[in-house]
Amino acid sequence: MPIASRIALALLLPAMLVNLAVFLLPMGNLALLSFREANAGGAMLEGVTLATWGKMFSDIFYAQLVLDSVVIALSITVLTLLCSYPIALFIYRAPDRWKNILIVACISPLLVSAVVRTYGWMVILGDRGIIAAMLRGLGMERAPRMVFNTTGVVVGLVEILMPYMILALIAGFGRLNASLEEAASSLGARPFAVFRRVVLPLTLPGIMLGCLLAFVLAVSSFITPKLLGGGRVFLLATEIYDQAIVTLNWPVAAALSIVVLVIFGFALMLYGRLARAVA
Amino acid sequence: MGRLLFHLLVAAMMVFLLAPVLLVIPMSFSADRVLAWPPSGFSFKWYVAMMQERGLAEAARNSVILAVIVTAATLAIALPAALALDRWQFAGRDAVLALLTAPLLLPTIVLALALLIIFVGAGLLGTWPGLMLAHMLVTLPYGVRVLSTALSTLPPSVEEAAASLGAPPAAVFRRITLPLMVPGLVATCAIVFLVSFDEVVISLFLVGPHLVTLPVALFRYVESRTDPMVAAVSTLLVVFSLAIVLVLDRAVGLRRAVGK
Repeated sequence: MPIASRIALALLLPAMLVNLAVFLLPMGNLALLSFREANAGGAMLEGVTLATWGKMFSDIFYAQLVLDSVVIALSITVLTLLCSYPIALFIYRAPDRWKNILIVACISPLLVSAVVRTYGWMVILGDRGIIAAMLRGLGMERAPRMVFNTTGVVVGLVEILMPYMILALIAGFGRLNASLEEAASSLGARPFAVFRRVVLPLTLPGIMLGCLLAFVLAVSSFITPKLLGGGRVFLLATEIYDQAIVTLNWPVAAALSIVVLVIFGFALMLYGRLARAVA
Repeated sequence: MGRLLFHLLVAAMMVFLLAPVLLVIPMSFSADRVLAWPPSGFSFKWYVAMMQERGLAEAARNSVILAVIVTAATLAIALPAALALDRWQFAGRDAVLALLTAPLLLPTIVLALALLIIFVGAGLLGTWPGLMLAHMLVTLPYGVRVLSTALSTLPPSVEEAAASLGAPPAAVFRRITLPLMVPGLVATCAIVFLVSFDEVVISLFLVGPHLVTLPVALFRYVESRTDPMVAAVSTLLVVFSLAIVLVLDRAVGLRRAVGK
């Protein structure tokens, strides 16, 4: 081995060792663990078995869990897109001086812990929160419950994912060009037609990237569903936590983790196909 | 007309995006005993309560110490790795970079579970070395990425000039490369510190009864009680994050720091 390669190897070694210890080894172990079985007390049974995976596929609870998680994550993705698209379009068209300030304003929530932002939503959506106070002011006797249910989880996660979506959208808006819009409207297209026939197709790459990002983050999110769901909303990530920490059934938790990774894989594959189709 | 509607829509969405962070601040001065809007009066009582909450102060201290250790360790490991990746073309270079940054692509809940299972066997659960290693799983990719970016933007001509004038490689690195890298190093430190200080999912799986970090303490507090005290803590955290970003912006400029 030439000297240069040996030096490079020596420089890389610490990082590779840490990666091996906290990434490769634990992840490999996790995959293997889903082929073991635990008894009711959490003790691991001897031997390799498909029993845990069998339970995953036969118990309707897990099918429902996966379905619910995917449906909720998809709804969150669509809502995040709808809320973020106007902002991204506005920022993309803004003069440079404003652009930086607006981008900083949009990504500044990322600097605030998800726990804090989720707590902020409790202040807003809680039974004695701002929205409830406003509804009471409008004469509504009993405000609908907006926390500790799916509504709260969806609203909280949409807001938490918006900065990612906005960044992805802006990054993917490269093909958008003001002169194309002007050309379309000067040829007589109405504003809505310009949007549907010119702006939307040109921003499709950004939309797909943003949706991929929002979906994978939503389907694996934990803090917000746990806190705003109040233990009443069951999603993949919260179930992994409960199985790992409360029930102590590690094989089930491991199998659920693999399911999350498979969903990630599907989302990536779908994104790849769509991106090729659009390009 | 259409333009006005569009601007109103943008403004409404910006309010939606920023509301939870901004509303926490007035809430922290509430004089009420529970979360209620509007507060019946304003006071500093929740800031006082926060100071007196012993577990919280200890968790905050733990988080700062941990983030400092993690930052130092990440820098010590990521800097050589970034150097190797930037300065040497070797077989499998892309694969190594992909492997070192891969943890960022996976959900933290899965990483957390994988670490929990390994740590129980290794006796690292609820220990300082365990938490430090676990945080490095997520900070190392950031460190390698940001430092690689910083290295790749350095002009090679200066180093070549120094070397051609007879400076040995170690001297070139110490006298030329390192000083030129200061902005990148500051950015790395700030990002790694914030990532570690904010880390909650992995920590939640790995903390023990005697070692709790601030985000975990806050998570548990919010899970069991909702009163304005968390708003007081949150306000301080927002101010703290802003201070770090301002320092970062002053030192290197925000856009350069994030590698743009």
